[in-house]
Amino acid sequence: MDLILVNIIDGLVTGLLLFMLSAGLTLIFSMMGVLNFAHASFYMLGAYFAYQISLALGFWMGLLIAPLIVGVMGAGVERYGLRRVHQYGHVPELIFTFGLALLIEELVQFIWGKNQMPYQVPDVLNFTAFAIAGNSIPAYKIFMIFISVAIFIGLLYVLTRTRVGMIIQAALSYPRTVESLGHNVPLIFMGVFGVGTALAGVAGVIAGPVLGTFPGMAFVLGSIVFVTIVIGGLGSLWGALVASLLIGWVTTFAKSYNIAMSDILNGIGFSTPENLSDSLWRDLWTVTSPQIADILPYILMVLILIFRPYGLFGKRDA
Amino acid sequence: MSEQDQITTDPTKPAQRMRAGSMTISATPWIIAAVLLIAMPYLFPSRSALTIMNQMSITIVFALAYNMLLGQGGMLSFGHAVYMGVGGFVAVHVMNLISDTGAPFPMPFLPIVGGLFGMGLAMIVGSFSTRSAGTVFAMISLGVGELIAACSVIIVVFFGGEEGVSGYRDEGLPFFGFDFAQQIEVYYLIAAWLMISALLMYLYSRTPIGRMANAVRDNPERAEFLGYSARWVRYYSFAASGFFAGIAGGLFAINYEILTEENLNTASSGVILLVTFLGGVGFFFGPIIGAIAFTLLQTVLSLHTELWAFYAGVLFVATVMFFPGGLAGLIMMHVPVFQIGKAKQLVLPYFKTLIPGAVAVLGVSALVEMTFHYRHAATGDNEMTVFWTTFDSHAILPWVIALVVTFGALYLTRLNAPSLREAWAEANTPDGGAA
Repeated sequence: MDLILVNIIDGLVTGLLLFMLSAGLTLIFSMMGVLNFAHASFYMLGAYFAYQISLALGFWMGLLIAPLIVGVMGAGVERYGLRRVHQYGHVPELIFTFGLALLIEELVQFIWGKNQMPYQVPDVLNFTAFAIAGNSIPAYKIFMIFISVAIFIGLLYVLTRTRVGMIIQAALSYPRTVESLGHNVPLIFMGVFGVGTALAGVAGVIAGPVLGTFPGMAFVLGSIVFVTIVIGGLGSLWGALVASLLIGWVTTFAKSYNIAMSDILNGIGFSTPENLSDSLWRDLWTVTSPQIADILPYILMVLILIFRPYGLFGKRDA
Repeated sequence: MSEQDQITTDPTKPAQRMRAGSMTISATPWIIAAVLLIAMPYLFPSRSALTIMNQMSITIVFALAYNMLLGQGGMLSFGHAVYMGVGGFVAVHVMNLISDTGAPFPMPFLPIVGGLFGMGLAMIVGSFSTRSAGTVFAMISLGVGELIAACSVIIVVFFGGEEGVSGYRDEGLPFFGFDFAQQIEVYYLIAAWLMISALLMYLYSRTPIGRMANAVRDNPERAEFLGYSARWVRYYSFAASGFFAGIAGGLFAINYEILTEENLNTASSGVILLVTFLGGVGFFFGPIIGAIAFTLLQTVLSLHTELWAFYAGVLFVATVMFFPGGLAGLIMMHVPVFQIGKAKQLVLPYFKTLIPGAVAVLGVSALVEMTFHYRHAATGDNEMTVFWTTFDSHAILPWVIALVVTFGALYLTRLNAPSLREAWAEANTPDGGAA
């Protein structure tokens, strides 16, 4: 029972981190109909910038400034890159963001090298918040949960309760109408793109110290983020939240409970073959749940796509 | 999905226009290609040249297969390496089976086995992924690709874990006396398969089903009104593309005798997208140019700089932003100029703009190399070599020279660019009236 509670907290941290990325991605998707492949690269840039700033000004200034820089860069990419490619259609847009992801990874290696950066949790938060039956929960994890929840509530408030949010929502569905009402729709698009990438930047800043700041960090998380928004339904903010938490918990629980496939197979009545090492099915028998934890999201995605192609919360025509 | 989701093509371009009775094709390019393929080992007999040419031919087959999806079907796949990889893995297993049992199976037919399994996998995945094109298709292809790539470390029986699966190509039934132990024999085997599969893929694009793939790419709704199921048309393209990707995998197995997780992962899928797009997706021969150019670039650049992936990335993004037609598009842009007969007018403006432009690109890359050396070289190692000149990367003078040359060349390029634009407009206008 205690272990379950610890795993729930761990899964919540992973899930909320995923949500910070997938929220921006799904917003950008519902706005422009283009999936930003470079989204996780902005997350990586956030971590690297924050590391560089934290060397000079400390962690908190990094948390403040790095997402701003990332957001401005994201807006610049929209203004000078995507808007140009937009005229060629959606597929070239996707290819453009894919190329951008490659380029940012190379650029990061060019500037900071291939090794992991010594980006650390700040001393203020480097203590144990509380312990559950001997399992200590670091304060930084609680901090991550608070930041993510605060951002989610802030985002929800801005989108549903403010004038700006109303205009954004209207521009998502009826850009031409909003434009003829006198709003600068390209500017709104650029702003949303910038805010979306800045959110990814925030995620990078707070995830960098725990998950490691290295050139492959975008790649590690990148495809999981796409899987998340496909499972949640493309363009759905609530879907992104549910799918993020689902993936966070599923992978955490699969990793911490060592469930062996042989036990399951024995349980439903198959007996372990005598000479297992010669059997063609030996991999099936020796598989354990921590081994497949990282591919569970993909399996989940394929299942979702087969049985509910528009995702958990997606609209049928999206 | 709306029509904007597809790559739209310009119907006025002659290469893409539907020709009546289109099964009649011009044989000339194919004969030239065949002669070239036969003659290449005599022109470049060294081992390294053979290695490069084998790699190139395999990449061409794979890129052409990929373009069946991207260019002709409008489907963007981020996980196509999986079909080539699985075809290759099956081929290696068959190779091992031949070694173990001594079954009389000639090696030249091995790619067919790879192709069939590639097609089989494509038929399974395609049954749910081809429901729509565009973003959803791209996402599914990415997810399935990641899934299978991740399985490679779990299903050790088939994928061989981290060290992969290897075999011997020379233990099959000799084929007219050849056992393919020599690299030159492998070259001709691959070249023959390159010709066969390129021809088949070209013919496929001329069949009604290949034509419908174009129609579905450009306007799926209209294709449905004509009575074709857009989904099934996509499905056939996907299966056919999987088949030829599998053939490329079989060729890979014969050439390298080993397949690893690297053949399946997203990086390989990204490379083939890069190759195809660089060459140009709008024309059948685009991927061929792309594969040749990319393989040469990779071999030459990676010998000289460790930053070659960075340059490839810059080139890729620049291509998407400024030349979405790729190299083939650039070449075909000049066809009307030649038809009008004004190509000569372009020679001088091209020289005046492109030479400073090339110098500027080289200057920028020199600056990039110098910055990289300055930041990452071991302390005390101040000597570096760029463009056959060795100098101290911590001294001021080389930086000044590089900066002056780069900016001077950039300035000249900007200065001459308007005249090139004018000359281009002029060369595209037939005499005696505006077009």
